[in-house]
Formats: sequence, C-alpha cells, structure tokens
Amino acid sequence: MRNTFAETLYREATEDDRIFIVVADISPVGNMANFRTEYPDRFINVGVAEQSMIGICAGLALKGCQPFAYTIATFSLYRPFEMVRDDLCYQNLPVTVVGMGAGVIYSDHGGTHHTMEDIAIAGAIPNMQIIAPCDPAEVVEATRWCARQKNGPVYLRLGKAGEPILTKDAEPWQFGKLRRLRRGSDVAILSYGVIAKTACDLADRFAEQGKSVSVFSCHTLKPLDREGIAAALREHEHAIVIEEHVPQGGLAPQTKQIAWDIRARCRLDTFTLKDEFIHCNGRHGDMLAAHGLSLAAISERVGLG
Amino acid sequence: MSGGSNSFDTKLARERCLRYRRRILDISQQVAALHIGSAYSCTEIVDCFFNGLMRRNPDGTSPDTFLMSKGHGCMIQYVVLEERGILSRADLDAYCTPEGRLGVHPDYGNPGIEAATGSLGHGLSMVCGMALAERARKTGGTIYTVLSDGEVQEGSTWEAVLMASSLRLGNIVAAIDNNNFQSLGRTSDTHPSFYPLAEKFAAFGWEVAELDGHDSAAIFDAVASRQGGRPLMLVAKTTKGKGVSYMENIPIWHYRSPSKDEYHRAIDELESAR
Repeated sequence: MRNTFAETLYREATEDDRIFIVVADISPVGNMANFRTEYPDRFINVGVAEQSMIGICAGLALKGCQPFAYTIATFSLYRPFEMVRDDLCYQNLPVTVVGMGAGVIYSDHGGTHHTMEDIAIAGAIPNMQIIAPCDPAEVVEATRWCARQKNGPVYLRLGKAGEPILTKDAEPWQFGKLRRLRRGSDVAILSYGVIAKTACDLADRFAEQGKSVSVFSCHTLKPLDREGIAAALREHEHAIVIEEHVPQGGLAPQTKQIAWDIRARCRLDTFTLKDEFIHCNGRHGDMLAAHGLSLAAISERVGLG
Repeated sequence: MSGGSNSFDTKLARERCLRYRRRILDISQQVAALHIGSAYSCTEIVDCFFNGLMRRNPDGTSPDTFLMSKGHGCMIQYVVLEERGILSRADLDAYCTPEGRLGVHPDYGNPGIEAATGSLGHGLSMVCGMALAERARKTGGTIYTVLSDGEVQEGSTWEAVLMASSLRLGNIVAAIDNNNFQSLGRTSDTHPSFYPLAEKFAAFGWEVAELDGHDSAAIFDAVASRQGGRPLMLVAKTTKGKGVSYMENIPIWHYRSPSKDEYHRAIDELESAR
C-alpha cells in the first residue's frame, strides 16, 4: 500500500504544485524518490520530529498548500496528538495525516509500533475524517481524493506492503460510502483496511457451505455511512464485523449502535483486537491470532468450524 | 505598498505603545481578568513588527504575516489590529462576551489572526510551514512571530528551531519575549539552565540579536540590518507588565484586571510618561 500511495501522490504532485509531503525520517520508496528529486522544495524531511511534522503541515495549509504528513501510524497520530487536534482539526485544515503500517502490522517490533486505537482516537476529534483503504486499488482512490479535497483534515490509515487486490469487481469507490465488494443475500461481512482480506476469505468459506455472502469495504470510518450499514443489517440475516482495532471506538461498536437504533433483527458478530497490548513475537498473522482474529478462529465462532 | 522602510520614527512608536497600553487598560475594566502583563511585555515588539517592519498593502493587509506564538499575549495584537481597522472597536468592546468573537486566546478565523495558539509550543512549526510555502511560491513574504520564554521550554519549539535553520528559512523573524517570568516564578530561579539563551539559538544555526525588548529602535535596527539567509531570533529582554510600576515583575499581573483605583493609577502613570 505504501508504494501505491507514493506513486499516486507523485502523480498528483506533478499536476498540483500545492502538494507537499512532510515525512519524519521514514519515506515510502519507489516513486517517492522521484518526488524528492523532482520537487525538492515540496519534499520535507523533519527527521525524528513528529510534532514539527504536523505543525509544518498546518503552516503550509494555512498558506493554501495541500500537505501530507507521513510516517508510521503510531508516530503520525499518537506522538503529535495535540498538534493534530489543535493545528489541524481545530483549525480545520486540509492536511492528510498518513498512518503507515497501522494495526499490528509492525508485529515483532512490539507494542510501541502497534496502532490499535487509532480509529477511536482520530474519530473522537471534531472535523477529522478517516479513510482506511482495504487494498492498493483503494489506496489510489483515497490518496487522489485526499489530494483534492478541501473539507478539512484526514487520517489516512494504510497497511504496508504486499496487500492483494480485493476490489476487482467492486462498485466504484466513493468517499463516505460503504463499498460492496461482493453481492450476496444471507451474510454481510463488514471490514476495512488490511484485514479485509480475512473478510474475503471468510466469505469464501461461507460460499463453500452454500451461503450467499456480501462483503463490504467500510473504507471511510468518519463520516461513517450509517445508512449504508443500516441497509446491510436489514438486508442480511447475519452480519459480521471484522476489524484490526481495539473493541472501543471502531467500526464494531458503531455498527452495534446502528443495529440498536434501527432495531435490526439480524445476528451480529463482531471480531476485534482485544483491549490488551500484545506482548508476543512473530508475524502479522501471529499477532492477529493472539487476539482471536485468525481466519480459523473467526470461522469457528461463526459456525463454520 | 508601504512599510519596510529603512527608518523608524521612535517618537511615533512611543505614542502608539502608550495608546495601546491605555486601550488594553480600558478593556480590562470590562472583564474579570486578562493577560495584561504578558501583553505589556511585548508591546514594543509587536508594534515594531506591525508598524515598522511588515509591509503594507493599500487595503491595510500585508504580504508579510504575523503569528502570535505566545497566544496569551494576543491582547496587544487585538489593539494593533483594531487601530489598523482589521478588527473593529465593537469587536474589542465585546471581548470575552457571548456576543463577541475575540477570546482570551487568538482564534483562527478571526480577522488578522493567522493561527489558534492558545496552547504553547505550536507556533514556530506553523511559522516554518508558512515560510516554506512563501519560499516555494516565491512570494517574498516574511513571517514574524513572538514566542514567550516559557514556551521555549516546549520540546516542540526546539524541533521547529532545528528545522527553521536546517531549511535555511531566512524569511522568519522571531522574537522571544524574555521577561523571565512564568506562572510559578522567575525562570532564572526555576530553570537556571535556561540561560544563556542567545547562544543556544546561535548553536542551532540561527542569526541572533540580543536587545532591550522595549527599545523600538533597537528592534527595528536588528531586523533591518540582519544578514539574512537564516532565520533571525531576537532575544528581547523585557519587563512583564512594562509601563505600570505596580505591575512590573509581579507575577499576579500575568492574568488579572486592575480594580477601579488601580486602573486610575495606571492611567495616570501612562499619561505622565507622555
């Protein structure tokens, strides 16, 4: 995802000289090198200084530029939190805060590098918008949208590398709208970000059992498409939410709230990270499995064991 | 466009600063408290920036930018903007009332206010971003800012100090309102290692001038004669509450309104200084 982001932003920057990228000693490879070479005035590396990264983006935006702040998600959102809140959200500036490697992708780097609460934290701030693409194709759409929007700040939650394409036969991407990746009638699976791959795999297992399954990418977490989610809950007898985020403040509790508000009758299962830090080592999948987010564990809990 | 001249009428500056202090005193009688000491300590600096150094378009706006990083000092900015016609008399008369739009700290969106800086340590990074934008667009705009000395204790300030000089942002003119006071006492007592200050900025690659922050001519000359190519920091020695003897260097006047009697004494002192 990060390289797709870099390629897309480079293309946008060639057509719009208001686009800046401010990085904190971390840079996507590939076309970002071209960005740096061709537009050195618009590629700023603040070093290991994330508060300054956000503040400089705010200053650029106050002068009419369209900046992107870029580093690992924990450092782009948590470290400079007050700058994100005051400089970007309070002043409602069109700055995109890119959180790269969000969730627990930085597996064995430890809890300092796990971004487990970002949707809750970013989502709690007025004016903040949140996008979490599920595959590189959605990264293209989201990045392009971020580069052109003037609504206000965006938290763009990205994975890292090697994510498969999940949206080949999907509806067109639209900011703020639930996107149907597969159409079915029995089960609806809602997810976002990298773990949407697990949602697709789970859909395959349901299909093997003869169930008709819809899969949705809930790429825009704020503003949340409440009507779209309500429709999905009404149109299916079983709804499942899978997210790589703690139980509070993410898609799962918000979906439950919508279900309550509309008196939904479907079965609703939610799968999230636990409200616990992860102390084990291993790969991304091992982290997810430690919190019950493996395909096998989810399959068993929804009766596909 | 005018301003940015190579001379500065200090007699006029002195009259303006008396007028600004008096206007702030008047406003103080409308509210329970305001940051009077903090505004008085940077009155000459803000006056010199606005009225001596920043260039002026015919409509009163400027191609240069002023950002009050020490947001709690904004009362002096409000009265300068009022005199410029950018804020109205009604705006200042409605200070901190439900009908008004001006509060204790500067709020982005109000005329003449470039950023919301109620929280300290945010201003200088935003100044860097603004300076980068001006440089990239080749507008020639200079960004002026005033920091408090307490604000220099914020780690985020030092991130920006490092970046401003590393990026060679010669279009930044900053001043530290070095009144040596913060909420819990004299900075030299609570943080002896805070000093020397000028050397710290010089070591970070800034052009630095140490001066009396109430000497308008010195402020003007230091900026007008700067070498350029690097950001400039004025380490301005100031007196908190400057201009009213019973306020000077008394921490309680950081955030307080004078009583009726104190108000009249202050007015008498200001008038006798004319």
